[in-house]
Amino acid sequence: MILYMVKRTALGIVIIMLAVTLLYLMIHAVPGDPATVMLGPRATPELIAAMEQRMGLDKPLPMQIVSFFGRVLSGDLGVDVFAERPVAETIVGVLPYTLVLVAAGMSWALLLGVPLGVYSATHPDSWMDKAAGVSSVAFIAMPPFVVGLYALLLFAVTLGWFPVIGGGQEKGWIGQLHHLVLPAFAVGLGWVGYLARLVRASMLEVLAENHVRHARAHGLPHNVILYRYVLRIAILPAVTIIGIGIGAMLSGVVFAEIIFARPGLGKLIFVAVQQRNFPLIMGTVLVTTTLFVIATTLSDILNALLDPRIRSRL
Amino acid sequence: MVEPTGNILQVRNLSVEFKARKRVIKALRDVSLDVPTGKIVGVVGESGCGKSTLILAIMRLLAPNAAITGGEVHFGGRDLLKVPEADMQSLRGTDISMIFQDPLTSLNPVVSIGRQLIDVQYRDRSSLDSKRQRAIQALSQVGIPDPAARMDAYPHEFSGGMRQRIAIAMTIIEEPRLLIADEPTTALDATLEVQIIHELKELQRRYQCSILFVSHHLGVVADLCDYVIVMYAGEVVEQGSVRDLFHDVRHPYTEKLMECDPARIVRSTERSFPTIPGDLPDLVDLPSGCIFGARCHRALQQCAAEAPDTRTVAPGHAVACHLY
Repeated sequence: MILYMVKRTALGIVIIMLAVTLLYLMIHAVPGDPATVMLGPRATPELIAAMEQRMGLDKPLPMQIVSFFGRVLSGDLGVDVFAERPVAETIVGVLPYTLVLVAAGMSWALLLGVPLGVYSATHPDSWMDKAAGVSSVAFIAMPPFVVGLYALLLFAVTLGWFPVIGGGQEKGWIGQLHHLVLPAFAVGLGWVGYLARLVRASMLEVLAENHVRHARAHGLPHNVILYRYVLRIAILPAVTIIGIGIGAMLSGVVFAEIIFARPGLGKLIFVAVQQRNFPLIMGTVLVTTTLFVIATTLSDILNALLDPRIRSRL
Repeated sequence: MVEPTGNILQVRNLSVEFKARKRVIKALRDVSLDVPTGKIVGVVGESGCGKSTLILAIMRLLAPNAAITGGEVHFGGRDLLKVPEADMQSLRGTDISMIFQDPLTSLNPVVSIGRQLIDVQYRDRSSLDSKRQRAIQALSQVGIPDPAARMDAYPHEFSGGMRQRIAIAMTIIEEPRLLIADEPTTALDATLEVQIIHELKELQRRYQCSILFVSHHLGVVADLCDYVIVMYAGEVVEQGSVRDLFHDVRHPYTEKLMECDPARIVRSTERSFPTIPGDLPDLVDLPSGCIFGARCHRALQQCAAEAPDTRTVAPGHAVACHLY
């Protein structure tokens, strides 16, 4: 198991390096170089050359990539030449807002979606199951920014229950929590439906397996069978999907961050790409890729902890 | 508890129907049988004859699309078909226990075998440690080597034969009065089959429990059982002691079944595999008359017109056939 964790971590590091290298190459394939964008149309070739040297763009591409990784290892993500401050500082400033939003969005989806799936699977074809089925599909089909916009209109603008914009940066944690409700609702709603459907399907499959009838024949109580014997198997696909989902959400929350004008990683990437702010793009992508890899690695390890069959195959 | 009739289990006129796509499959019709206290009763018949449906109906573990449409199942002075589900659940795993056909899928794959053996003792108020000891003892009784060290192992770490032994260890812990075994050796190879049959005999001898043993392996039934019930297409066609059935066959279907037993084919010089001509009758639209009539080599004229009653041809030996 320890060896497995080490292997997964090593694999994760390789994935991060590959992703960053690929991104580096892709940025350079995009027309428009940052020095020109920054200095404007009237910049002299000397000024542009000086700017490129400051940003490290004058060196050959492989060298740039190697030196980038070298600096990352010492905790230096480079300097954001537009804002004249370290990239790491900019990212650390907004990262908590994104992490809290993703955690809140996924948590409420998990807390509602999984029990809904379990209920549907144990009461198949009941009216609750049918209602949950129809609304789940609707939740999945609705794009998060549409949900965000309507939630904003209804609960913030019309009813005034929640603040309209911002992350509550200047307020205390209760104020920030108040600001979090609508964005978290918007990013999590689709996942409620998705998890409910997923858990229902895999639970029904497991409930039909022979070992469930075996456990019933030995008189085990319904709840023991359901929660200790069945859910533990049925939750495995959901664990994998949640790992990937958290990773995807890290940059996917950009809609919510823009609609609700929240500071965050997604919005930072968006702005950085618009500005061709290379150091910032590299820094934010490195951080999101790392978090993505951490999330999927943790979900793989959790799967192995839950299922001894996976453990023995390692 | 002494059963007034000397039978631990009495099934009377049990009928079960399945609903599938608006069709009603009459899977069991008027099945009656007795399991005498302390005896082993075998149920034989080809695939699809309703053996598994019968025992799942007794255990009240039928799939939701199945309905018990009539009959009684008497156990311990009560009709199991009338007791509330909560009482039924408390009977399962204490008074009645069960071993299933496929040991590879009947244990939970993500729960350690020790935990599963402890879980079946959940009604017991004793300490976790004593439950653990009980589980280890049961494992050693069924011949699992080094049982204490294997408690934390998971089912996939055991072979099929070992897993069936673990399933038997569960029933040993429960010390049931009635054990229902659904083809417990079908998924195992011949050597393991002999060993598992030996374990079942041991269990019966040591705990004096009664066993309802379902199989399509006639050799095993002859070896293990005291009484045999022959089923065909959801009906009991013949029942009696092992001696009656193997030395004084009456029903034409039983006769044919005996001919098809692979053990006999090996002994004969013929290399061809004897089969019973024809197919199982349609259980949605039942034929009139005898259920076996269409395939019977000794059918009389009346067989197609009216269904035969069950007649006692010798003490304890009953046949549903117009020939007797």
